[in-house]
Amino acid sequence: MLTPTLPETKPIKLSVRDMAFSYGPKKILDGLSLDIHAERVTAIIGPSGCGKSTFLKCFNRIHEVAADVNVGGDIQIDGVDIYRGGIDVVDLRRRVGMVFQKPNPFPKSIYENVAFGPRLFGVKDRATLDGIVEDALRKAALWDEVKDRLKESASGMSGGQQQRLCIARALAVNPEVLLMDEPCSALDPIATSKIEDLIGELKESLTIVIVTHNMQQAARVSDYTAFFWLGKLVEMDLTERIFTTPRVQMTEDYITGRFG
Amino acid sequence: MRQFDTELKELREGIMAMAGVAEEMLELTIQALAEPSQAKADQVNHLDRRMDEWELKLDQQCIDLLALRNPAASDLRRIASSLKIIPELERIGDHCCNIARRVGMVHPPILAGNDLERLGTETRSMVRRAVDAFVSNDAALAHAVILSDDSVDALYGKLYRDLLRSMLADPLCIERASHLILVIKNWERIADQATNIAEEVLFILEGRSAKHTYLRGDSVE
Repeated sequence: MLTPTLPETKPIKLSVRDMAFSYGPKKILDGLSLDIHAERVTAIIGPSGCGKSTFLKCFNRIHEVAADVNVGGDIQIDGVDIYRGGIDVVDLRRRVGMVFQKPNPFPKSIYENVAFGPRLFGVKDRATLDGIVEDALRKAALWDEVKDRLKESASGMSGGQQQRLCIARALAVNPEVLLMDEPCSALDPIATSKIEDLIGELKESLTIVIVTHNMQQAARVSDYTAFFWLGKLVEMDLTERIFTTPRVQMTEDYITGRFG
Repeated sequence: MRQFDTELKELREGIMAMAGVAEEMLELTIQALAEPSQAKADQVNHLDRRMDEWELKLDQQCIDLLALRNPAASDLRRIASSLKIIPELERIGDHCCNIARRVGMVHPPILAGNDLERLGTETRSMVRRAVDAFVSNDAALAHAVILSDDSVDALYGKLYRDLLRSMLADPLCIERASHLILVIKNWERIADQATNIAEEVLFILEGRSAKHTYLRGDSVE
């Protein structure tokens, strides 16, 4: 495994050591070790089935909704083991938000989508909720487009708006980490560009891990890129290095489209 | 073969063809000076148009590949370096024309010995080996070309001093010697261009700049 060699000023937010993951007898991830730095965007790339999305889900234990799952090794957030460190899983999912490939707004109003998380965590005061909703929608670069129709159904929004609404919904509970699983794969280039700009703004205060099949997207938005293959980390480095001078031939073959 | 690989191969073959014209110009320039032959000097000038045509065509090929293929890693390095190698070859053609233009102005010979001819053949050899290194992905050969530049520089320095001495000794040869100083300066520049090509080959193969190595370790923010 190759990991970056340059000095990094941001602290390690997520640390993974010798991680393994299996569904029943099927091993998905094996021997994974890497560090993810705070306020940086880390892109995970690799062919379909290499374990990228599974890896992402381990950070907020969302995979636990499936039966017969085994996770080995250590995954730490701010130095605390998220599997054995006595962490409350609901609080973990507040700290580590997630945005999926297909926008999945609740069948509620725009306002209620964003207010859903804060309400779950006990915010009842209307004025406080209004403030949280506006703040989250502003951070998701959506406020100006929806401020006059907050009570309308989210399902009437465009795909790109729905995805930004999902980001706003995640931001409303003030997360520290945002996991994005191919967030633009269902979006057109303009909506994609808006999400990518947003990622650049959000990383000022968030740690972002993004899974993408779009190599150019990884190059555009991320500070670090990790290349996975068959459940293992092949190489991780500064994105500019991965895309100009990767150290492992397999990485080179993958990003130049000569893989397999 | 993938379409992209075919396009990269076409770019590579185009650069080889352009380099072939450059080598032909170098050979004709050496002969035009030595014989001397105005006909060969005219041929050099005639070939320069082909170099210019190649430059425009290959530049466009590189831009198209960058725009349409989003190249990465070694593909990106090869295309980026091709964009630098192409104008180096074109300048080599221009320097050959500068030398060929003076063929009729530097005879009868001022200098004894074969240093002037050697400057031409050593320079031509550097260009040939730099192009060979590009074609055959040969880092060792590229390193050797870069080292050869010192020898050409030394020969240029010697010839320059010899010409100054000749001018001091015989003012009647000043005009011819002045033209010869420009001739040797052009040869020396061609050797620099071969060095630049070799440096680009090393960048393609090794992924780090081979230029200004004295700055290595210093970071530029």
